[in-house]
Amino acid sequence: MIQKILNIISIVFFFVLQTCVFTHLKLGTVIPNLLVLVVCIYGFFFGEKAGAMYGFFAGLLLDIFFGEMIGLNALILVMIGYLNGGLTDLFYDEDIRLPMFLIALSDATYGIMFYIFSFLLKGKLSFSYYLLNIILPEIFYTLLVSLIIYPPLLGINNCFRRYRIKKERESENV
Amino acid sequence: MSPVTKPRGERFTIPGKYLLLILTSICILLMVLTYGTHFLDASVNTVAGTFIVPFEKGVSRAGEWLRLRHEELNTIRSLMAENEELKAKVASLTEENTILTQERYELTDLQALLDLSETYYSYNKVGARVIFMDGGNWYESFIIDKGTDDGLAIDMNVISGGGLVGRITSVGPNWSRVTSIISDGVNVSSQVVSSDLTMIVSGDLKLSDKGLMSFSYLSDPEDKVVKGDKVVTSNISDKYLPGLLVGYIDTVTNDANNLTKSGTIDPAAEFDYLSTVLVITDLKTDDFE
Repeated sequence: MIQKILNIISIVFFFVLQTCVFTHLKLGTVIPNLLVLVVCIYGFFFGEKAGAMYGFFAGLLLDIFFGEMIGLNALILVMIGYLNGGLTDLFYDEDIRLPMFLIALSDATYGIMFYIFSFLLKGKLSFSYYLLNIILPEIFYTLLVSLIIYPPLLGINNCFRRYRIKKERESENV
Repeated sequence: MSPVTKPRGERFTIPGKYLLLILTSICILLMVLTYGTHFLDASVNTVAGTFIVPFEKGVSRAGEWLRLRHEELNTIRSLMAENEELKAKVASLTEENTILTQERYELTDLQALLDLSETYYSYNKVGARVIFMDGGNWYESFIIDKGTDDGLAIDMNVISGGGLVGRITSVGPNWSRVTSIISDGVNVSSQVVSSDLTMIVSGDLKLSDKGLMSFSYLSDPEDKVVKGDKVVTSNISDKYLPGLLVGYIDTVTNDANNLTKSGTIDPAAEFDYLSTVLVITDLKTDDFE
């Protein structure tokens, strides 16, 4: 329960970080997509259902403040959280390559979905431009940031897991 | 799990697939309901404003501090070059000023003749701080620290540095979202000051990276419009007040139909580092009531 509350707070924290701090630290013209990053990681850590819920929450946050309509970001992030949650069985502590790969894939999905929903439908057809100038740089920057963000998130998750295992053992002993 | 502990331990859970289905339907329903309407704004924005905005206010100061340090390094280098440039500009502006002063006398005379009211150019304004910028690379909007509590409402125009920045598209008690005119898909009906020709200025993601906007539907058979011409919002716009400076013509090209022209505009407002803006509290629709 504490962990869930902490995760929700951390999503708000990443939202604030992205909108306040990273908008001043643009790499070229892009900023990283921290919410996709964190939803992807939480999905991967906690499974399908939790991933979908965290995705929904993060997406709503984005939609309320920046969405043309409420629900588009939420929909994309629910999918990302859910699909990453499906791979939670492959989760190993030491391996950072798989989460990195998933983050890249998620961010690409987000970019492409967002392009389809709010640009392609408006008749902006030059996908290659958006791919080369927004989607790919964003993935690159997000991956760069994930190298810094992933280890502490993993650490916190491991702490909670150890604590849970300890608790379970204690209750078994009793 | 043993049957004895079941009543306490087992809780009602829904399978992941159903949860996904429920969340997806909620999202789609919300999209349908909120597309183009401000149906949920009041309640949702209040909640968001209470929980998120206080955080943002604090952190955005920290973010700005970071940016300023980074800026300082870059500025020193460019300042010297800029100084030279500005000196030259002062000379040319002084010259221009004398001409303008002369023209001003003429203008006041003519205005008195035509009995033009100056109401359009004396709007009521409220200053606001930008507390955070857009959370993605796809849209160009930002949040300011004033909302309905300060008398702001949807569709109020926002200016900065003398140029039109955008208009309020969503408002909460202590915050509002400003969608800037360089945002993709935003159109502003405008006119060229020198020749009164009208055009549609639109934001374009491709151009906003370079700090430009596009314009289209300019009917100018006599080639009157040239680079550097001033563009202001026109009278026929339904959301934007007339006479606000949009920017300056950058390039003009003939359309394939040979009837209209399109091209790019250099916006007057600095969109990269907005920190304070002015909100015009007069609404366009007020004029007609």
